[in-house]
Amino acid sequence: MGGMAAPQVAPVETPDTDEVPAAERPWVTIVWDDPVNLMTYVTWVFQKLFGYSRERAEQLMLDVHHKGKAVVSSGARERMEHDASQLHAYGLWATVDRS
Amino acid sequence: MFRRRGDRYTASFAVDEVRVLRKVASEVVGLLTDGFDHSDPVVCRLFPEVYPEDVTGTAEFRRYTEGDLKTAKIDQAGAILAALPGDGGGEVRLDAEAAEAWLRALNDARLAMGVRLEIKDGTDLGAELDDAVADDPSSSRVFQLSVYAYLGYLQESLLNALID
Repeated sequence: MGGMAAPQVAPVETPDTDEVPAAERPWVTIVWDDPVNLMTYVTWVFQKLFGYSRERAEQLMLDVHHKGKAVVSSGARERMEHDASQLHAYGLWATVDRS
Repeated sequence: MFRRRGDRYTASFAVDEVRVLRKVASEVVGLLTDGFDHSDPVVCRLFPEVYPEDVTGTAEFRRYTEGDLKTAKIDQAGAILAALPGDGGGEVRLDAEAAEAWLRALNDARLAMGVRLEIKDGTDLGAELDDAVADDPSSSRVFQLSVYAYLGYLQESLLNALID
């Protein structure tokens, strides 16, 4: 193989996050603190649903507990709605918002 | 309380425990079928507003997801009812799938009771129970608080058996 020129790709300017219009920003799933769910249960749900390591799941659970809420996933709106409905099935208090 | 035995999760339940579990699981099913009402704070907690600031977005989300979510919650409460021994008490043996259904159903029952009992962050269950007993030992609040505490222990024991 050889002799073929590599395709020319014009560099694309990547705008700063601040400049991306709100409509194109990814969405986030937020889990809120509640007084009933057991801490061990919340950690287990994060591992189960998102495949997070125990350490990451525990850290997220602690964020929820101490800060009142935590972003647990981000991406396209439809995917976040899917995540939220899964979290609701496990009894976690989840909402969707723009990041 | 639950223990792991091979690939099964087992626990022995006394007569009273079977009755309590049957009652709370049936109440969850009842809440999701007969009396389903979004203005009920318990329903509100089990089916949270996914867009707190956006009524239309929340309604749209519910239109697509609420039926499945309701069915899932009824099924998981049904998993408790299906596995309970007769009124004489006895052993419950769950496979991994049934154990997870029990976990979610116990959580739903605790959420429902937590709303009704007005459990807050930092509520000291022991102190709450002492107050209720001092008030009236035969009150329904004493019974409900005891059941709520019992469901918490049971859920935790099942979770520990699963994680182990």
